Amino acid sequence: MLTAEERQEIEVELSHYPTKQAVCIDAMKIVQRHRGWVSDESIRDIGELLEMSAGDLDGIATFYNLIFRRPVGKHVIMLCDSVSCWIMGYERMRAHLTERLGIQMGETTPDNRFTLLPIVCLGDCSHAPALLVDNELHGDLDPAKIDTLLEGCE
Amino acid sequence: MPTEKPLTQSIPAGGEALSLQGYERLGGYQGLRRALQMTPKQVQEEVTNSGLRGRGGAGFPTGMKWSFTPMGADAPRPKYVVANADEMEPGTFKDRYLMEGNPHQLIEGLILAGFAIEADVAFIFIRGEYKLSQERLARAITEAYSAGYLGRNILSSDYALEMYLHVSAGRYMCGEETGLLNALEGKRANPRAKPPFPQVSGLWGKPTIVNNVETLANVPHILEKGAKWFQGLSLTKDAGTKLYGASGKVKRPGLWELPMGTTIREILEEHAGGMRDGVRFRGVLPGGASTDFLVEEHLDVAMDYTSVQKAGSRLGTGTMIVLDDQTCPVGITANLTHFFAQESCGWCTPCWSGLKWATKILDAIEDGQGRPGDLDKLSYLSTFWSPGHTFCALAPGAAEPVQSALKFFRDDFERHIHEKRCSWRS
Repeated sequence: MLTAEERQEIEVELSHYPTKQAVCIDAMKIVQRHRGWVSDESIRDIGELLEMSAGDLDGIATFYNLIFRRPVGKHVIMLCDSVSCWIMGYERMRAHLTERLGIQMGETTPDNRFTLLPIVCLGDCSHAPALLVDNELHGDLDPAKIDTLLEGCE
Repeated sequence: MPTEKPLTQSIPAGGEALSLQGYERLGGYQGLRRALQMTPKQVQEEVTNSGLRGRGGAGFPTGMKWSFTPMGADAPRPKYVVANADEMEPGTFKDRYLMEGNPHQLIEGLILAGFAIEADVAFIFIRGEYKLSQERLARAITEAYSAGYLGRNILSSDYALEMYLHVSAGRYMCGEETGLLNALEGKRANPRAKPPFPQVSGLWGKPTIVNNVETLANVPHILEKGAKWFQGLSLTKDAGTKLYGASGKVKRPGLWELPMGTTIREILEEHAGGMRDGVRFRGVLPGGASTDFLVEEHLDVAMDYTSVQKAGSRLGTGTMIVLDDQTCPVGITANLTHFFAQESCGWCTPCWSGLKWATKILDAIEDGQGRPGDLDKLSYLSTFWSPGHTFCALAPGAAEPVQSALKFFRDDFERHIHEKRCSWRS
């Protein structure tokens, strides 16, 4: 069931658009902000509220890079793999991260602390390579800076 | 005479945003005041006369785009204006700088675009990863309402406009005009067939204008200082200034607002400081991932729409990605093609199937598994990534780096196949 708070946030979005469906992406993001991901149950609940089928909603959810249909760790690391970062050492950063965390891209550590995902260009190309840790942007990466960032995650 | 930098000269150096008061003190919202004394058609004409062309990549004349909107009492309502802030073209980082540094400039530009087409509702469609831009824009929208620049009776005129920030959930296709409209309607960001064009039938079938952030940021200055002034900013016949960027192994990667038509050489050598010690220039994608490589012989090309096109590429976003001699041309082409294959929405077969196929060929060549005939196959495949074979510009954009890499770096591709290895990796 959606919480009162989630419903209220979705209602605010509904006031900005002429159709209910227009809000579905926002609704999934609202639920994800509260729960970390969007479960099958949440898909059904949102579908009921917005008068959409679960199938339609899932088709939309899986289209977008930032909606998670599987649980993620406490901290989500998104490493940019686009061209400027690739030139400036993406592969070395990926090797360092996968080794440090003991997981591959797309995986979550067994203690549920970190999920490691690829992401497209973050618009920080003059400070490549770059990544996001929990949506915060960090550029000019090297292995030492990555270690510091990981240590800063509780 | 120091060059004028209308888009960036008031952005604070310390990384904070220019406040509303600061913006107003430097002439902010004067363009809006002036426009409200004019008719919407006159505002359209001023922008048409300025010669402003779209800064998102396609370079379509902005005033002309607006002029296709049905106007007057019989026009379908509500009408919409949308700022395309879905900056996701690899190698591009200009709109983020404008939004973080001076959010009110974009908001004023969007209000002016709204007034010009008599729009009722404005959306800023921003990518989900641009958190700081979102925070600053959300705050600036609230300030603009409080100051009477948004809502009913804007600055005591009859004009009313509501403005909302839409934070996307991330997909390159959302930057494509009609894909963006579908995303705003809460759908997958597949492209729509044109015609009808969004100006006539856009969001929920109503007239809609979509403009890039940098394009809109120019509009307040054009309305404040006039079309003639705007034309005088440029070195060539494409008007205004342009945000140019450089990334890759140059000494000082960065972003600079310069007169439109500044040469590639000046940007890379004077502003970016030339190549890092020990590496040599081999080529450049002049305007993001979806533009053709240019090489040494093109360094004196002026970075404007016409000149770059004449040289065989596109101005695109004007943010350059530099290829050096220690980076593998096959590897970079594979990286670019992987991006387009991943971001393909799956709507058109030459795109979803052809790009995927191309990544397999490119990966094989890079891994030393390439076969004679692979390059012909790649060329052949890429001929289907063209207007007429696909609904939108994603696959045509993907074709540009592939076809130009095969042209300028063919020896490197062939050496990979003959030697069965990448000499940059071993």
